[in-house]
Amino acid sequence: MIDEMVAPRLAFGKALVEFAPLFPEMVVLDPDVCTSTQTSLFRAAYPHRFYEMGIAEANAIGVAAGLASCGYIPWVSAFAVFLATRALDQIRVSVAHTGLPVKLNGSYGGLPSGRGGATHSSIEDLAVMRALPGMTILTPADSVETRAMTELATRLPGPVYLRTVRCEVPTIFDAAYRPVLGKATVLRKGSSGDVAILSEGMMSARAVAAADLLAAEGLKVRVLHFGTVKPLDGEAVAAAARECGRIVTVENHSVIGGLGAAVCELLAEEAPCRVVRLGFPDVFMESGDDGLIFSRYGLDACGIAAAARRLAAGRGPTGA
Amino acid sequence: MKLEERARELEAKARELRFHIVDMVHAAQSGHCGGSLSAADIVTALYFEFLNIDPANPDKGDRDRFVLSKGHACPVQYAALALRGFFPVAELRSLRAMHSRLQGHPVQGKLPGIEVTTGSLGVGICEAVGLALEARLRKASWRVWAVLGDGELGEGAVWEAAQAATKFGLDNLIAVVDNNGLQNDGYCRDILPLRSIPDKFRAFGWAVLEMDGHDMEDILRTFGKALLITGSPVCVVAKTVKGKGVSFMEDKRDWHGKAPNAEQYAQAVAEIKGGPA
Repeated sequence: MIDEMVAPRLAFGKALVEFAPLFPEMVVLDPDVCTSTQTSLFRAAYPHRFYEMGIAEANAIGVAAGLASCGYIPWVSAFAVFLATRALDQIRVSVAHTGLPVKLNGSYGGLPSGRGGATHSSIEDLAVMRALPGMTILTPADSVETRAMTELATRLPGPVYLRTVRCEVPTIFDAAYRPVLGKATVLRKGSSGDVAILSEGMMSARAVAAADLLAAEGLKVRVLHFGTVKPLDGEAVAAAARECGRIVTVENHSVIGGLGAAVCELLAEEAPCRVVRLGFPDVFMESGDDGLIFSRYGLDACGIAAAARRLAAGRGPTGA
Repeated sequence: MKLEERARELEAKARELRFHIVDMVHAAQSGHCGGSLSAADIVTALYFEFLNIDPANPDKGDRDRFVLSKGHACPVQYAALALRGFFPVAELRSLRAMHSRLQGHPVQGKLPGIEVTTGSLGVGICEAVGLALEARLRKASWRVWAVLGDGELGEGAVWEAAQAATKFGLDNLIAVVDNNGLQNDGYCRDILPLRSIPDKFRAFGWAVLEMDGHDMEDILRTFGKALLITGSPVCVVAKTVKGKGVSFMEDKRDWHGKAPNAEQYAQAVAEIKGGPA
């Protein structure tokens, strides 16, 4: 494990600049948040390929669709919450339904929004995006995967929602790592009969930390990282259910409609097993220190380990 | 009392607001100084001269409704509410802390005096139209004052609200545009040129007044005029300076959403307390 702390939003901004020569058709549209989502780096390097659209997200998506229909590969980089909710109509009609290669950078995904509170924390975006046919959803774990997925997303023929977080997160992949679209990444093999932890995005580093805590107690849990939430790696999910028997899902998102929900939907039909979903319950976020709020909802290494421990002991989160 | 004398009193009050804006953002090490400071004189005039509100009875039915459509500037509203007696001034330093009533963006019902949840730009002005329409339907006399940012005018929803307000002839709605000329990434003129804000609102059927948003006498006179206009909603375009009152924050993009460090805090407080009114 390499522990260097890097903010995925910064890794995204740097990756755009790095891959710009590779994709001459790539352009960036910004609804007045480039200094926040870090596309200001691209603006500085490629001003003629950068369009400042003002605080008008819905229009930015429509314009991007227009550019995409003429052969451009537009990235619209904005706060995740304002893409997934304010600009949803345009994303649904002009991007998802058409299948145009508009790339969405949902920056500030999940809780970390710099204490912005309910209006700025995006904990429903995965649910919203999952419901759109043809939308690929990428949730990189760290800066290495964010860089790789920025290239991967740009290369894909259709619409992509890439979710990048604001805060610094530990780097868990070495530089040679290359994610495969639609495939879960095994972070800890674990052993059959024990619990499997299925996580997305920045939660995967915490899932690994939880697994290491449990390993010291003799519990060998499998940890699967879902850098692609849609299409979901159903084989890996079903295999985890069959081989480990019990599953904990962990996400920087509401437990409604995100990774946990996707896992449960699949397992209910293909390989029913006991699942505990860790994420934000059916609530809006509030302001406060990110670490304190994550811990309040059990979304830290100790909380994840505790949930896995209870499940391994045959008890649910309520002790039932 | 003469308008000039009242203006001097309100200028002193605005200075208090400015102190608390910088103080709470410094305490939180998070929040938006620039757009709060630019609106400080406007908000002072509203809370201490024009709004019919009662801190002892914050939900009284005939109160005027204040909507901060540029919700990220809530430190200015929190400061005004606290100094007006809606909650203890000491609570201001809990801004953006866990379990605080002073959320990063205003939340309806969380704190006395917050009428509308805002923070997503373009949301507040639409609700302000609804509040004004409600007064009309109830044949009530209260007014709705909304404060918008100029960058916020990029959101299409603002213009949807502007059309609806005209359709319903809401002369009980007064929207004040805090025209500081700066937004998150730079000058409005570079990001998404607004051209003439007054002309735009006039074209949408609003009566328009213009004022210097830092000249308290001008603010008092202009808001007084706005109250007399009938038949259409009123837009007051206030020319302001982002970060007004703290020299190193004035007209600087960098201070949109940044907290001062200890040294900057000390200088800011010295300027606010000792500088010219």
